[in-house]
Amino acid sequence: MDTFLQQIINGLTAGSVYAVVALGYTMVYGIIQLINFAHGEVVMIGAMVAFTVINALVPYGLPPLTIVLLGTACAIPVCMAVGYAMERLAYRPLRHAPRLAPLITAIGVSIILQHLALLVWSRNVLAFPQIISSQTYMIAGAAISTVQIAILAICFGMMAALAILVYRTPLGTAMRATAQNPQVAGLMGIDINRVIAATFLIGAALGAVAGVLFGTYYGIAQYTMGSILGLKAFSAAVLGGIGNIPGAMLGGVLLGLVEALGAGYIGDFTNLCSYEALASRISDCAGGGNFVLFGSNYQDVFAFIVLILVLVFRPSGLLGERVGERA
Amino acid sequence: MKNIKLALCVAAALALAACSKEAPKSGAQGGAEVKIGHVAPLTGGIAHLGKDNENGARLAVEEANAAGTKIGGKDVKFVLVAEDDQADPKVGTTVAQKLVDAGVVGVVGHLNSGTSIPASPIYNQAGIPVISGSATNPKLTEQGFKNQFRVVGRDDQQGPAIASYLATEKKPKLVAVIDDATAYGEGIANEVEKTLRAAQIKVLPREKGTDKTTDWKAVLTKLRGQNPDAVFYGGMDATGGPLLKQGRELGMKAVFSFGDGACTDKMKELAGDAAEGLLCSQAGIPPQAASKKFLDAYKKRFNMDPILYAPFTYDAANLLIEAMKQAGSTDPKTYLPALQKISFTGATGNIQFDEKGDRKDAEMTIFTMKGGKIEPIAVIKSGKTMSYEEFLKSAK
Repeated sequence: MDTFLQQIINGLTAGSVYAVVALGYTMVYGIIQLINFAHGEVVMIGAMVAFTVINALVPYGLPPLTIVLLGTACAIPVCMAVGYAMERLAYRPLRHAPRLAPLITAIGVSIILQHLALLVWSRNVLAFPQIISSQTYMIAGAAISTVQIAILAICFGMMAALAILVYRTPLGTAMRATAQNPQVAGLMGIDINRVIAATFLIGAALGAVAGVLFGTYYGIAQYTMGSILGLKAFSAAVLGGIGNIPGAMLGGVLLGLVEALGAGYIGDFTNLCSYEALASRISDCAGGGNFVLFGSNYQDVFAFIVLILVLVFRPSGLLGERVGERA
Repeated sequence: MKNIKLALCVAAALALAACSKEAPKSGAQGGAEVKIGHVAPLTGGIAHLGKDNENGARLAVEEANAAGTKIGGKDVKFVLVAEDDQADPKVGTTVAQKLVDAGVVGVVGHLNSGTSIPASPIYNQAGIPVISGSATNPKLTEQGFKNQFRVVGRDDQQGPAIASYLATEKKPKLVAVIDDATAYGEGIANEVEKTLRAAQIKVLPREKGTDKTTDWKAVLTKLRGQNPDAVFYGGMDATGGPLLKQGRELGMKAVFSFGDGACTDKMKELAGDAAEGLLCSQAGIPPQAASKKFLDAYKKRFNMDPILYAPFTYDAANLLIEAMKQAGSTDPKTYLPALQKISFTGATGNIQFDEKGDRKDAEMTIFTMKGGKIEPIAVIKSGKTMSYEEFLKSAK
């Protein structure tokens, strides 16, 4: 039971980070129907900038929490600048082009950002300075650290703040109006260029925080970290119903749980030696041996199995509405 | 006037030609020049290790020259031809061909397994003996080349070494083995599991990650439920560090052990305080454990301590020279049999080769993380474990 509870805690922590990244995908998709594949790279740049700042500040002996906050405070504007530049230079000129063009551009932007990071931060795995001494609490046999609690609190806090922004403020109303129909929103006096840019800025800021959380939680950052994280968050957004903000939150958390439970239990279920009918036929099982068909290295596969299943059985996602193809 | 100029030119050219012909003789103090090649990356990320290797070989050559070595009764002068392979397999084959064309009679190198393996057929075709002081991939000596040797241990001797150390010193009842699903990680993990099972220790079903895994929590949570006394991970430090850190965060008390891929000081950076007390193995012996004679000579010549593999390349160069002395010839074909049968005591102890060209009874060293640095604690040789202090005493 404590193992199961622990896997739930692991899944929730990873899932809440996925959810925050997924918000960046879903907001942009909701407003301009573009899957911004470069969003994972924005998250990576957030982690890298925070790494550089934290590393530079450690020798000055500031309190650890202040250092991390300063790192985040630097990562957010850098990521927002990257997000804005991306929209202004790569996507805005293509806004009226066929939808395939911005999609391919997004992949190109992703590759460019990754290689810029390679030039700046080298191809090595960077180790985040371990400055936060994290306390571990045991709850019913499951360990939860202060860092995990902080990640959960920050992620859910940001999701709540975003929900308020989208549903309770004039900017949020303008965003929803632009999402429904950009031409009519424009006629109603909404500056849609500003609204779209704001969407990118908010998504990038969330991504920056997610990058810092990811970096401090796992203790490492590398220029390739954005691609797999981005793909998983994208799967989470699709699972929840792409374009749907509560859907991205739900999808992220669910995906984290599926991954943790899947990786935790797949080895047991596919250990052929635990099935008596098969054990006698496999030579490896003799003398307490094991023959595991799929190990926990298939952890990353679960995100994509979920993606395929959703696309086949419920293309609009869990919370998405069934809408006809846009003309 | 024109004719005089021409005559002068011709005279000058002749003089130059004469000079260049005479140069080797005068430089050789009356002896013939014998070229020994050395290859290691001298540029790029591990250039410092490459230079260290080269220094070891250079020291051996200079000592042999200073001692006035005679081969077959004739004076000879050894010349080290040092090449840079940039740790790049493609460049490795190019410089190998370059050395063959330059007429070297033996080669010390290369530093990396990744460059040694593609270069080996070139040396084999030319029949030139090659001794690596640092390439540990088993494949290097599994190609059936009679001219390929190494003075350092193999990766597949490392698994049994760390496993037997775990078994005898930590006496675990239950061990979890994890690997990163790469050829290296899986290979070493398999050897560890085999050795542990042979020692009647129970091993949990193998867990796997990838060489890019950052989240090990699912795997570790599952293992924690089974409460192993020790964990072995076959993989690199970039994934091993987070593994160790997350294991401790989950409250695992097991001993964590690693192969040489994660036997670096970087584990401290990656895992923080959790790295303290980890166990890991490396092929060979730490340079400080080399003979005092070598350490003093190296320090005197290069004004620094050897970094990693210099004692091994020093021995490799000396082995080539010794085999030539015993055979009384610098012809690779003639001295190769002497090299295969050699028994030589060098800076890293006694060296003999088995039929594959691997060193017999190669040492493996076990390290632990102490105060943020990995420190040697034990040396394993021919299945026997001795503490590092004992080994140092016996070596001196």
